[in-house]
Amino acid sequence: MSSKLSQKMGLGAGGMIGGRVALKLDPQALRRLASGKHVALVTGTNGKTTSTMMLARAVGALGEVATNHSGANMPDGHVTALSKQPDAPYAVLEVDEGYFPAVAVAAQPSVAVLLNLSRDQLDRVGEVRTIERSLRDVISGLQNCTVIANCDDVMVTSAAKDARRVVWVATGTGWHQDSASCPRCGEPIRWQGEHWTCTHCDLARPKPDWVTSNGHLIAPNASKVELKLRLPGVFNQANAVMATAAATKLGVPIEEAVRRLRGVSNVAGRYRSIIRSGRAARLLLSKNPAGWSETLTVVKEAEHPAVLVINANEADGRDLSWLWDVPFERLRGRRVVASGERATDLAVRLTYAEVEHTIVPDPMKAIDSLPIGPVEVIANYTAFRDLNARAADE
Amino acid sequence: MSESTVQIALVLPDLLGTYGDFGNAVVLDKRMKWRGISSEIVTVNFGEPVPETCDIYVVGGGEDTAQTLAVRHLREHPGLQRAVTRGATVLGVCAGIQIFGESFTRADEITHPGLGLIDSTSHAGGSRAIGEVLAKPAHGLFDGVLTGFENHQGRTVLGPAARPLAHVTVGTGNDGKNEGAVQGKIVCTYLHGPVLPRNPALADMLIEWATGRKVEPLELPAVTQMRAERLKAAGQRAEV
Ligand SMILES: [Zn+2]
Repeated sequence: MSSKLSQKMGLGAGGMIGGRVALKLDPQALRRLASGKHVALVTGTNGKTTSTMMLARAVGALGEVATNHSGANMPDGHVTALSKQPDAPYAVLEVDEGYFPAVAVAAQPSVAVLLNLSRDQLDRVGEVRTIERSLRDVISGLQNCTVIANCDDVMVTSAAKDARRVVWVATGTGWHQDSASCPRCGEPIRWQGEHWTCTHCDLARPKPDWVTSNGHLIAPNASKVELKLRLPGVFNQANAVMATAAATKLGVPIEEAVRRLRGVSNVAGRYRSIIRSGRAARLLLSKNPAGWSETLTVVKEAEHPAVLVINANEADGRDLSWLWDVPFERLRGRRVVASGERATDLAVRLTYAEVEHTIVPDPMKAIDSLPIGPVEVIANYTAFRDLNARAADE
Repeated sequence: MSESTVQIALVLPDLLGTYGDFGNAVVLDKRMKWRGISSEIVTVNFGEPVPETCDIYVVGGGEDTAQTLAVRHLREHPGLQRAVTRGATVLGVCAGIQIFGESFTRADEITHPGLGLIDSTSHAGGSRAIGEVLAKPAHGLFDGVLTGFENHQGRTVLGPAARPLAHVTVGTGNDGKNEGAVQGKIVCTYLHGPVLPRNPALADMLIEWATGRKVEPLELPAVTQMRAERLKAAGQRAEV
């Protein structure tokens, strides 16, 4: 009943309330449910849901995997996921970065995947540096854990560096704007091509064990495997290589891991296309400047018109200042519709970016306003959620 | 780079760019270019010297650590202070008002010296001020209502040499009464959104100060519409 209630209240796919009640009744529920399992935790600002799904698919080669598919990434969601499959020998859990320390201490993971750390909605979530510090503290104390870390991200590198065992992955992705100063000593970080180093202390880009390269991965044994993903963009290639490195650590052969995770094509409604009066609209979710920046590069691959949908509800962050951190200038020359509850704020940003656009606040009508053919729809959190719900209803 | 090009220094965006402050520089740049005034943005990153020859300096907001590092950097490379002596135009947002003041005291009660460009002191307030703000420009500085979004814990008291930028009607600003500061050609504000896209009249005032010439109004329908929407939203906040 509580799961149904949770669905009714729109709290995701019913993953929350069951776990919340269980945690109230037994605060040690997570520790108890996780014990005896091989647990992999996945955290970071962007790509958590996709990477978790990829890793769960890959680890499926070894046996049954408990996982929180719906993106219910706080402890109650983990308890729900683990309770549903108490006999699964493996668990792959997406973890909100703020909850990572508590979850890691309770679940004692054998693998922890650190994707990236950048600013999220600012009036809602803590500072990037505070998160880095809390991850660093807990990770250095984990006894039997191998950390899979993105060495192209300064914050992630600092958080992972003191772990007992680290596998470094060059993902080719990293948001530099939040790491001008060293998270350890505060002095400037210098970049030279892909290499970066602190100008004062010994924090520097470690030598990667795995490398993401142009649609391929290069494994520690120097073998090169083509990814051939169904998901677009270099950041999904990064997610795939991180997931493969983690799966390999758990015992999945490289080729098999890649073959399995390749099958991921739709992540909680993202990347799927909805057909609407002759227009195939591909739905893309972007929640923060780093996410938007990545999505705009995906959209750049084809010259389709784009509908950009912006809300500013509590879950999105009420302050839209971040719109100015997104390089919308990349959309110049393309047909763009500004949409969502804050379509006008976006229109101002597009005006100054010299991107021609129209304003249609209702996203469905915005799609209809474009010529028949493919359309890219990029939406932030609640806008994306509402759009998916409406698409399901129609 | 020619002498007639107006140079906008975007100061330490990698430390103090937390609130989309890049947008303030873009708005100044475009509003000049669209009127045929040659302009360019000069980005000054952490670790690089601050030029003293730019015409407008834009300094943004940042977290506590970033703010401390920024003050240290601006002391080591005093290009901004020299430019102020020369009469350059400066916009300081959020952390800017604290950095430019005489001192700022954090929640941990430690007092940090500021750059002393503005006669003000800042200290940590009891609660965090978050939300839409409306304020009436002081001394008829520019037309229309000042609108923005605030998210800060600092409270600022102005000394006799500084004047408030505006008087708060919705929100908190410096102290629930005044918002921001003006001293010479330095303008400080707690507002982001960013502040210049929201307030084209303030942007044009800065442009006029920097270029010494009057500019014609610029009709941008999206900006007019956004201001109307934000004013309405803030008005609803006032009624709650
Ligand atoms: Zn360092």
